Amino acid sequence: MNIIVVGLSHKTATVGIREKVAFSANQIEKPLKELLALEGIIEGVIVSTCNRVEIYATTRDIAGGIARIKRFMAEYHHLAFAELEPHLYSYHAESAIRHVFRVASSLDSMVVGEPQILGQIKTSYGYAAEYKSSGIILNRFLHKAFSVAKRVRTETKIASSAVSVAFAAVELAKKILGDLSDKIVMLIGAGEMCELAAKHFLNSGAKGVMVTNRTFERAERLAEEFSGEAIRFEELFEHLHRADIVLSSTGAPHCIIGPKDAEEVIKKRRFKPVFFIDIAVPRDIDPKVDDVENAYLFTVDHLQEIVQSNLAQRSLEAEKAEEIVTQEIGQFHKWLSTLEVTPTIVALRGHFDEIRRTELDKTISNWKELPPGAEKRLEGLTMAIMNKLLHTPTSLLKQAGQGGRVDLYVDAVRQLFDLESPLHDTEELELEE
Amino acid sequence: MSQTFFYLTLALYSFATLAYLAYIIRTTSGLGLWANRCALAGFTAHLLSTIHRFSSSGHLPITNMHESLSFFALCIVGAYLLFERKYKATILGAFIVPIALILVIYSSAFPTVIRDLNPALKSNWLGIHTIMAFVSYAMFTIAFGAAVAYLIQQYFLKKKRLGALFQKLPSLNTLDEISYRCLTIGFPLLTIAIISGAIWAEKAWGTYWSWDPKETWSLITWFIFAALLHSRLTTGWRGQRASLLTIAGFLIMLFTFIGVNLWLPGLHAYK
Repeated sequence: MNIIVVGLSHKTATVGIREKVAFSANQIEKPLKELLALEGIIEGVIVSTCNRVEIYATTRDIAGGIARIKRFMAEYHHLAFAELEPHLYSYHAESAIRHVFRVASSLDSMVVGEPQILGQIKTSYGYAAEYKSSGIILNRFLHKAFSVAKRVRTETKIASSAVSVAFAAVELAKKILGDLSDKIVMLIGAGEMCELAAKHFLNSGAKGVMVTNRTFERAERLAEEFSGEAIRFEELFEHLHRADIVLSSTGAPHCIIGPKDAEEVIKKRRFKPVFFIDIAVPRDIDPKVDDVENAYLFTVDHLQEIVQSNLAQRSLEAEKAEEIVTQEIGQFHKWLSTLEVTPTIVALRGHFDEIRRTELDKTISNWKELPPGAEKRLEGLTMAIMNKLLHTPTSLLKQAGQGGRVDLYVDAVRQLFDLESPLHDTEELELEE
Repeated sequence: MSQTFFYLTLALYSFATLAYLAYIIRTTSGLGLWANRCALAGFTAHLLSTIHRFSSSGHLPITNMHESLSFFALCIVGAYLLFERKYKATILGAFIVPIALILVIYSSAFPTVIRDLNPALKSNWLGIHTIMAFVSYAMFTIAFGAAVAYLIQQYFLKKKRLGALFQKLPSLNTLDEISYRCLTIGFPLLTIAIISGAIWAEKAWGTYWSWDPKETWSLITWFIFAALLHSRLTTGWRGQRASLLTIAGFLIMLFTFIGVNLWLPGLHAYK
């Protein structure tokens, strides 16, 4: 049995193509059903996020399975196969395991280490489990991927540092002000970055937001969004001392806050420190403000620098993470390859035993005068023949399970003796961990 | 036996100091934990050594320079371990434990013989006066460590050099809080030490205050910390100014404790 992966991601396709092949979460049942209806596809999971669309499946026929899934992706979305094909990648066997482990651990993400992808795969798996499109192998496989991702997160520092400007600002604020739960954020002017940072601050527990803008209506609108307080721009300095964090991004051609203002504000605050963040170009806050005691001024360039060094740190950590992934692949691959050995041996013995019993019964029933004890002896004789015949193939199969050539042997045995697929009627899903 | 424990203490404090200092530059996980364990083990050995000395002499082991320095170090490490636990600020050990190590090493340079206590000094006031003084000294030492860390952290923030040490040090706010907390514990204790000392002096020497150098310098120390506490409470002084004054207060305190005994003769000299 083989695991195959077919898909595309931000690395192989532009947004324009990614959005065409995306599967929407609220109607995932239909594509999952169609996927399982494809010839030779036994289990399937569809992962669809804004950065990647991937299908994980199990099959006996690697090449055929991959080709059919590729075609399915094009046909399902009514796209020309030739147009889609160059963007698709496919993996099987060990490389498929590695790929999924890396994706779940966020090593393949646009921003390495960002944890959303794990949640997205978990959701996708949830649908597959709900519609019973995943079976014993993919269940085990994805749970393993989740635990690898968890190991990566706890054993490396891959996700421990801020890699966005807004998040870096929050981390820095905590280093200056400590606990943010009683801290007030003041937004001067409106800008996407400012709003994003304000959101981050609120999510990190900041107590409240004040918003000011040259157009008071805009300030009011934004304040409403954050359930904060709108301040008239002319009254800025009457309220500035209440803010512990000041985020500024106006379009003003000159500085709004000078060192004198900062000094006054801090005095009014009884020397409680203020964290100024200047996102505006040209600057809103005079660089000399940083020289004022208990005022800490960071510009967007400073924050960008922090982000860059954190990114460099992450790529170092990513190397450790790759090692963890490599370790875990070996273990899972071994499980997968020995998975079919025992059921195949059982099926093989069952098959032989059935033939033996049929032939034995035929012989005994045709025999008119059976000498005493003969039935028992015939039973023993046929058993011995069967055991002798099966001895070599059985032990070879077991050895193959350890040697890694197991697929070959299992397939050969099953085809030679026309055995049922051991995993055909999927046993009750056993979820561990 | 107290000697054996004393050398054990010395060894363990050395390991702790090395580990704490290494923790500044290395990111090896577990280093901080080992530093803390060494300090804790050292403290235990130190405590046993002190208790043994106490039981064999029958009075608090603070009657000569060796004993006093060692007892001071004991108080510092004990108080520090409590603060480290409360504020989860392992890195602070790098600023405080080396001080304790230096004190212990310095104490071993003085004769260790146990002598009988001057009968004039035998009193329950000995315990109250000296323990209060030593615990307040230990508090000011931790405040000093936090103040130095604060200035370093502030330097990093102003210069935008946000390296590994910056990440390990607690926030400015936490450092300021630690130093303030130490002040609010240490200052009342110092006050009690001075008052109880005066009462004891009246009993032993017949006068509350005799402008002995130790008394004078203690008063100066007291005034500095009183000024610091006052500015913190009334005008909200904090951060850099408070840190600088804390450091100044600590240095004066150190002079009161060691310098006065070594260079200025008086009633408090260990004779």
